Amino acid sequence: MDFEVIHSYIPLYTQAFLLTIKIGWIGIVIAVVIGIATAFLQHFKVPVLAQIASVYVEIFRNTPLLVQLFFIYFGLPKVGIMIPAETCGAAGLGLLGGSYMAEGFRSGLDAVSKSQTESALALGMTKVQLFRYVIFPEAFSLSVPAVVANVIFLLKETSVFSAISLMDLMFTAKDLIGLYYNTTEALFLLVIFYIIMLLPVSGLGSLIEKKTHLRTAGV
Amino acid sequence: MESNEILRVNGISKRYGDISVFEHLDLSVKKGEVVVIVGPSGCGKSTFLRCLNGLEEIQEGEVLLDGERISQNPKELSRTREKIGMVFQSYDLFPHLTILQNLTLAPVKVKKRNKKDVEKEAEELLERVGLLSKKDRYPRELSGGQKQRVAIVRALIMHPEVLLLDEITAALDPEMVKEVLDVVLSLAKEGRTMVIVTHEMQVARAAANRMIFIDGGKIVEEGEPTEFFEHPQTERLRQFLHSFSYEAE
Repeated sequence: MDFEVIHSYIPLYTQAFLLTIKIGWIGIVIAVVIGIATAFLQHFKVPVLAQIASVYVEIFRNTPLLVQLFFIYFGLPKVGIMIPAETCGAAGLGLLGGSYMAEGFRSGLDAVSKSQTESALALGMTKVQLFRYVIFPEAFSLSVPAVVANVIFLLKETSVFSAISLMDLMFTAKDLIGLYYNTTEALFLLVIFYIIMLLPVSGLGSLIEKKTHLRTAGV
Repeated sequence: MESNEILRVNGISKRYGDISVFEHLDLSVKKGEVVVIVGPSGCGKSTFLRCLNGLEEIQEGEVLLDGERISQNPKELSRTREKIGMVFQSYDLFPHLTILQNLTLAPVKVKKRNKKDVEKEAEELLERVGLLSKKDRYPRELSGGQKQRVAIVRALIMHPEVLLLDEITAALDPEMVKEVLDVVLSLAKEGRTMVIVTHEMQVARAAANRMIFIDGGKIVEEGEPTEFFEHPQTERLRQFLHSFSYEAE
């Protein structure tokens, strides 16, 4: 392995790293928002909207991100909708992630026991207070493990962004390999940068999980 | 009508579709009175209790608190429930809140009381049930008996006029039952109005002013505790009480 080469590649990787993180986290924020909204609609069985939410979840959960990105980036322009690659990446990740997050939040909402509702009502809480102070925070604690797992999964999924010519980590590695044949160095840096990106997230995730675990009902 | 009557139940019936849980039950509870309801499992006693604060809808009859009919309208119902405390078999503390936050949530958010005052009161009440040292813990870190004592305090801090206890020791290990019953007894002594559903005949005897035996959706017998336990009038109650006194042959 040539460390001189590695050294010279680092600025390029750093740039790609920042782009990957930027689009990745924008996508995750979109995913959380869509996920919470979808989970609400499904949990409360809002007429029509709940059905639409289910169709959305099934479509995006059961198609690969690559296919979704191709559809948005190459398919939509055919009907006159042009979207920049970065927006496509964030939107694709958000839509895919939303379907996963929805399942996570919904399982949290469903897991709050019915007797919690009764004990809150017995204290004189209104439906709104019950939801705001009891059910939502409890459901959120219960969804944390699923949400953390989804965040890590989505950050890794960003590697398919290269397919719509976004200059993310994967794109940079492939590009450099194609240009200079320094395969070992390029792949080594690729692995290192993904680990740098994900290790803090999974560490922080475990910490949050441990903290919120104490705040769930347990057995 | 007696002047110090606080809770009155007039001929309430509860049905799930065609299945009747109970029909035309009446009850009158005076201020400071402790009424204990016993009966075999599935006799409808817990459902009856849950009808008193509107957790179960009734199909017939009415429940009056302080002479006012309890409405089924959600807004009025939540206001009524502030005055009727309830403690459940499964404690149902809020797992995401500390013990102190569990106690202050409803007084602050529902009754809009000053948070500092409520916290002070919560600490005094926790001290009384021997749990002040646990105030910053989460429910998960407490034993069943401790959780149930907190649940009782959570109901008390709303200053209810009536306290409903629904089999509050049924899920506890035997050694924890006592610590909870001690609290119940001390509440009875200080003149709290309570309606208690239980299988603990000991505490029923010690705390009750009046016993009620429900079987098959009907009040089969009711009376003052000594009479009730020593000289049951009905064969059905005799059988029921007998099932609690196990004697090895």
